[in-house]
Amino acid sequence: MPGNFPVRPTLRRGLMTATAFAISALATGVYARDLVVALKTEPTSMDPQYHALTPNIQLSQTLFDGLVCADANLAIKPCLAESWTASGKTWTFKLRPNVKFSDGSPFTSADVVFTMDRVAKVPNSPSSYKVYLQKVDKVEAIDPLTVRITTSEPYPLLAINMVGLPIMSAKAAAGPAAEGKTTTELNSGNGLVGAGPYRFVSWKRGTEIIFERNPYYWGPAPAWDKVIYRPISNPAARVAALLAGDVDIVEDPPTDDLERLQKDPKLKVETKASNRVIYVALDQNGEKTPGIEGTNGKNPLLDKRVREALSLAIDRPALVARIMGGVGTPAAQLLPYPMFGASKNLVTAAKVNTEKAKALLKEAGYPDGFTMVLGSPNGRYINDSKVAQTLAAMWTRAGVKTTIDSNAPAVFFKNRDAYAYSAYLAGWGTATGEMSNTLNALLVTPNKEKGQGTTNRSRYSSPEMDKLVAESANQMDDAQRAATLAKASEVAMADFAMLPIHFEHSVWAMKKGITFQGRADQQTMVQYATVTK
Amino acid sequence: MLAFIIRRLLQAMLVMAVMSGLVFLGLYVVGDPVSMMASPDATELERDAIRANFGLDKPLLEQYAIFMSHAVRFDFGKSFLTGQPAMGLILERMPATLELAVVSMLLAGVVGVPLGIWAGLRPDALSTRGIMTGSVLGFSLPNFWVGLMLIMVFAVYLGWLPASGRGKTVMLGPLDLSVLTLDGWRRLILPACTIALAKAALIIRVTRAATREALPMDYIKFARAKGLAWSRILRVHLLKNILIPIVTVFGLEFGQVVAFAVVTETIFAWPGMGKLLLDSIITLDRPVVVAYLLLIVFFLVMLNLVTDILYSVLDPRVRLQAAKA
Repeated sequence: MPGNFPVRPTLRRGLMTATAFAISALATGVYARDLVVALKTEPTSMDPQYHALTPNIQLSQTLFDGLVCADANLAIKPCLAESWTASGKTWTFKLRPNVKFSDGSPFTSADVVFTMDRVAKVPNSPSSYKVYLQKVDKVEAIDPLTVRITTSEPYPLLAINMVGLPIMSAKAAAGPAAEGKTTTELNSGNGLVGAGPYRFVSWKRGTEIIFERNPYYWGPAPAWDKVIYRPISNPAARVAALLAGDVDIVEDPPTDDLERLQKDPKLKVETKASNRVIYVALDQNGEKTPGIEGTNGKNPLLDKRVREALSLAIDRPALVARIMGGVGTPAAQLLPYPMFGASKNLVTAAKVNTEKAKALLKEAGYPDGFTMVLGSPNGRYINDSKVAQTLAAMWTRAGVKTTIDSNAPAVFFKNRDAYAYSAYLAGWGTATGEMSNTLNALLVTPNKEKGQGTTNRSRYSSPEMDKLVAESANQMDDAQRAATLAKASEVAMADFAMLPIHFEHSVWAMKKGITFQGRADQQTMVQYATVTK
Repeated sequence: MLAFIIRRLLQAMLVMAVMSGLVFLGLYVVGDPVSMMASPDATELERDAIRANFGLDKPLLEQYAIFMSHAVRFDFGKSFLTGQPAMGLILERMPATLELAVVSMLLAGVVGVPLGIWAGLRPDALSTRGIMTGSVLGFSLPNFWVGLMLIMVFAVYLGWLPASGRGKTVMLGPLDLSVLTLDGWRRLILPACTIALAKAALIIRVTRAATREALPMDYIKFARAKGLAWSRILRVHLLKNILIPIVTVFGLEFGQVVAFAVVTETIFAWPGMGKLLLDSIITLDRPVVVAYLLLIVFFLVMLNLVTDILYSVLDPRVRLQAAKA
């Protein structure tokens, strides 16, 4: 009832804020508006173009928005670009008008050009963001709100790749060095200006990283006044910090503690099926293979029946229930359906059938089985060496006497890259959430020049599948491309090219009173955390 | 005295050279840093580019030669992972570790020395049995377990203290210290107690043994016969004579804590050097590992030097020239 009771505007605003505060406090049970997050790994840098690594990406995606964003299930959606069109090799992005960076300056096409241009100039990058600019020939600003990107050939993945290149402010990040503000300068917050929901306050290595709400954010107002990240690498210490109330949400609590955390009336646990598959790769290079004995010098893994037998011997649901504490999904292909290009015919894994596995081994000429070493990292994936032990037991039951060789990740990867395993357990997180990334890395015939089959250490090679994947690379129609990739996935799985075991679930534990949406790419993004209404 | 110090410094140089070579070789044998750094999506060509960028494509001997030629100018290279100067990363974390080490050793000394003397003076008393049983426990309980128990009791159940991290810091000259704030102490006390427990146990044992050895000596008997007060005998005659073994243990243990408080630092998410070392070994960040170990070797040699000089101060009979350790 304005007019009844004259109140000075400032006072009125104050009263309204106070009332709003009181109401929200009542509704939420008085909650501090700061969020304290326990990270399992500290980022190596704040520069959004220095090191393409999950701990870095999850923070830069909070400080910066991209032209395109990926939602929790990795489906892409418009972000700083309102819309885009592709015709042949030319992509046109229409930028969102009236967007401001966290320092209040306006966002225009010049910032996009600067950002794309900077990627290749960042020196000493241990893992470059150039990956996201594959096949990009030219980035041009047509007018302040239009950007045109030209690719060297029709390239349907461009929009997905734009998720990985969040936009920096050209003005703030300009500098005398070739790349503008250097990585060291950005680490201290100098020039670290984006259009994301939060902005940078400070970073004390090893201690804490502080972000605050970006008051100029173009989207819905961010929920927290301040976000404090604390790196706590020890899992038990992370859980202790949550129990003690020091932190509000923790990444990746150990599976052994989940039951207890779920029972605690003050806490809750969120899980989210991820895009990371745990698989076993089987050496199919030739008759000489390092870890198999009792086959008269032959490599049994070249025989499809043996590979099928190994797959049938695995009781995936039991493994997920007992070893993974239920936080996983048995896998029948390398990317879960309904992600892009996953086959809808490969949703449930085949049931365990040890008898049939034995029969197949007999048919293949190994009635007494053989002995095999299964390589595994220890501490790279959730419960990795425990999973390997369980697989070894299941295979031994079917007649393939398996021992495991489990090593620290650095040693494991070195052995794997030297082809020292006949069979090894590893994982693959499909960052783009679409099948061509997975197949190109893991199963396409290795080709160094073309950058294909980079992690295909089993050296599986199927002309039929290669052809399908190559075909999909230029299919601009999404539905058509998804169908081609699904077919490629079916071909590989019918061949038992490698054995998918399970999809990891990412787990977060938090105080009751926080609503958090986990993401399929296992990233912890604070914009997905809100106060429970 | 000067010759002694110079000789010690030369020894330090030698040890540092040998050690850096061993670390180079060791990390080379363990694995390929590129496989730990590069994103799994990276193609072979990109991996080769990274390798060339960091000079990892050169033969190991050449890499070592390049490193040494820079190291003599105190340039220890940049961390592969963060791109920051390796020594800078370490020095940035040093105050946290030093602070933790000093506080825990002081705590261990303040608790350990009096209890040890008490146990030495009254070897058969009930209280002595209690102290000695306690010290056995302090020895044998694993560090990480003690740390977790302290967190469970004081942070989770009682809620008196925060579970982890380092508190607010204040700059004191070049040192960034948290012992000057209340928040700093609240976060420091649990990790310090965790370390101090084991160290105090050791000091109790050493002090007790030294006390029992000194008690029947003629000079103590003579002092008592002269009718000196017990407190004076304790302070002047006993304590001064048992200090040498205590100082030795103190020096050694202090060095240990500074160099390798990894477990405690990890459990309490204490941003010290030990945690940095552990993370760097896991990710094969060679420049940081090498720089860290060089720094620590130098530090330990210096610490031994200080201990030896302290001997000569405490006991005029000790001559430094004679001690060629």
